Amino acid sequence: MTVSVDLTPLTPVLEKYHGRSREALLPLLHKAQSIYGWLPREVQEAIGRSLHVPLADIHGVIEFYTMFYNQPTARRVIRVCEGVACHLSGSAGVMEAMETKLGLRHGETSAYGAITYEHVPCLGMCEHGPNALDGAKTAGRLTPDTVDDFLAGSYPEPRAKVYGKPLLTLKRIGEVNPLSLTDYEAHGGYQGLRKALTMTPEAIIEANKSGEILGRGGAMFPLGLKAEFVRAAPGSTSEKHVAVNADESEPGTFKDRTIMEEDPFSLIEAATLMAYAVGAENGWILVRGEYPRSYRRLRKAIKKARAAGYLGRNILGREGFHFDIEMRLGAGAYICGEETALFEAIEGKRGFPRIKPPYPPSSGLFNQPTSVNNVETLVMALTAFTMGLDEWRQLGTEKSPGTKLFCLSGHIARPGTYELPFGVTIRELIEMAGGVPDGKALQAVLVGGAAGVFIGPDKLDMPLTYEDARANNVALGSGALMVFDETADLRQALANLGHFFAHESCGKCFPCQLGTQRQMEILDRIANGRAKLTDKQTLLDVGFTMTETSLCGLGQTAATAVMSAIELWPELVSRVP
Amino acid sequence: MTKPITLTIDGQKVTVPAGTTIYDAAKAAGIEIPVICYHPHLSANGLCRLCSVDVGGRVQAAACVTAAAEGVAVKTQSDDVRRGRRTILEMLASTVNLVEAPEILAYMEEYGADTSRFDGGEKRTASVYDDNPFYLRDYNQCINCWRCVQVCAEDAQYAFALSFDGRGFHTQIGTFMGDGMTDTTCVFCGQCVGVCPTGALKPKRQAMLEQGVSPDEIFQQTRRKRKKKRG
Repeated sequence: MTVSVDLTPLTPVLEKYHGRSREALLPLLHKAQSIYGWLPREVQEAIGRSLHVPLADIHGVIEFYTMFYNQPTARRVIRVCEGVACHLSGSAGVMEAMETKLGLRHGETSAYGAITYEHVPCLGMCEHGPNALDGAKTAGRLTPDTVDDFLAGSYPEPRAKVYGKPLLTLKRIGEVNPLSLTDYEAHGGYQGLRKALTMTPEAIIEANKSGEILGRGGAMFPLGLKAEFVRAAPGSTSEKHVAVNADESEPGTFKDRTIMEEDPFSLIEAATLMAYAVGAENGWILVRGEYPRSYRRLRKAIKKARAAGYLGRNILGREGFHFDIEMRLGAGAYICGEETALFEAIEGKRGFPRIKPPYPPSSGLFNQPTSVNNVETLVMALTAFTMGLDEWRQLGTEKSPGTKLFCLSGHIARPGTYELPFGVTIRELIEMAGGVPDGKALQAVLVGGAAGVFIGPDKLDMPLTYEDARANNVALGSGALMVFDETADLRQALANLGHFFAHESCGKCFPCQLGTQRQMEILDRIANGRAKLTDKQTLLDVGFTMTETSLCGLGQTAATAVMSAIELWPELVSRVP
Repeated sequence: MTKPITLTIDGQKVTVPAGTTIYDAAKAAGIEIPVICYHPHLSANGLCRLCSVDVGGRVQAAACVTAAAEGVAVKTQSDDVRRGRRTILEMLASTVNLVEAPEILAYMEEYGADTSRFDGGEKRTASVYDDNPFYLRDYNQCINCWRCVQVCAEDAQYAFALSFDGRGFHTQIGTFMGDGMTDTTCVFCGQCVGVCPTGALKPKRQAMLEQGVSPDEIFQQTRRKRKKKRG
């Protein structure tokens, strides 16, 4: 069958990007897909000619990102989350109802091409589970009975769930119109940047170092040190970058989404402050493809900030201080939260992580010095700097000063984003969140997301600090805490994690590409009650090999949760007699 | 000139120029570290991780892409190192057809890999592409070492005919929308066939000989028609 594609609607888009090179590939593919619903061959060829990208490479990019389609796909895609937290809150029933109603199964498109239906490993709205996306429209707390309303478009979008004491970083959420710059300014916005401009960049970096703010993305690298490296790297301000890692995709983690949706100006100010400190003119924010609302709001906020002189040339009248932000929307790849894979995605390539060294501060985006930080890290640093580092250090513990955002999901009465000083215990946090519902007992907590570790009830009194986590062999990671009550099937949860990593492995290095697949197969077998006598040892060998020899953090942590579960509950992976 | 680097590899003191990889440093000392994806004339990407060694760090390091560092004590054959290699080889054996990859099969022997350990696991299966007069592509034998993609691109030919289908375990070498090689930018330089370590890419004449086709018949099928010079 020959399908002729009318390229007329694409022409103005190509003109808009005329003269750009490969780094415009992801935005151009998104634009083209919004016109055609998918990316037909002729469209890819036109984009290739325009950006001077080899067709094979365009094909490779489309094949890599799950939200790009090179086969006929509907403009309207329904995506239902199959993540662990959603599973705990009943996503299986919702999916069944959805499939019956639509007459479609995962990956199928309806007869006249009106609707495509998909299951997605995690949509990052775990506090609203079971959740789903209808195009760019979000929905949470779905039940089989509300599926009709959801499909009819009459189901309300969920609101932010933010708790904590003291609310510092999250203080504006719910108090302001997220897209009002006036509101933002009236609630303390841009005080930090104004304060920064009275200081030298070096003094700001020193202050950040003394505040001991560690990266909140999982690796816990000191923020001030990173900034210092970028500032010291050779190159002019036009050759340096501030990249914001907003590819928050760790299952159980939704704090960055909360900030971007409810207080987008704070991220813009925080990135601008970082740009001033490190001396960089180019800002980039890559938001994961599953966060359409975050992307939309940030884009609007950036336009407003630019119009008000908070972005652009000579910011706030400071001669020579130029900084602007370009947005990128991801397209379904957890790996792009790995900092070098994030660079590859921005550069318009498959999200393969790079070999390190070189590290981003010396050679990052476009092989130029780059400060790359997670959303929470930047916004926390802004909070600390604005309030004053002395006051900041009064909070938390000596080694983990300040507050931290925690994401509670699963079997918990009040799931949501919690801002609390470091040092709160897991038990206190869970009690604050209303405890395990329906009077059930707690079985386990998964700390740090899919790449985190399981703990049992005996570890609940562990204070949530970097030092206690380290002493207990737990990584706080993204600050996600997923609660499992006594009825939860942990074998099923492990199989779910196995599927997640197999789906998200980029396929670059052998141990992760092969190991995530084999781990998933074994965990599936165990969850279905067909464990083999040798499975435990095989899982340990695969886990060891992925952890020790994988190229990047994804592979190195793809077995962490599984191995922690085996250590705590070896009977989980033993053959059921 | 930066100062030379001195390190120990399996207890042996080795001095090499700064910037030398652990793989090359070991080689200079007569210690062979196993590699699959690595090729001395191509960019090293650290894909197969078979060359992972113990450098006393948080995790092991891939010797082909890790620079030798002053004073580091490298272990190339510790129990942990061998455990990783054995597992990678076992997983590979369960995934692709390695019948024409004698080097990898020899590693299986050397590291005591149980090639049936993951029996029942999904195999990476593909069709055999016979779409041009020069070479066959049998991705059932492909291990994703990327050598063909690299020589087709910046490592040699700048033809950019090859990229990838899929992701993760289901990654496979592919062309634009699955087009046959004659419809791509392939210039049939043959370098991809030359660097393929597993027989996934094979000259068509060799394949036909192996199938018992007579040389005359092969010549009939694969010879290039002589072009007349433009007058």
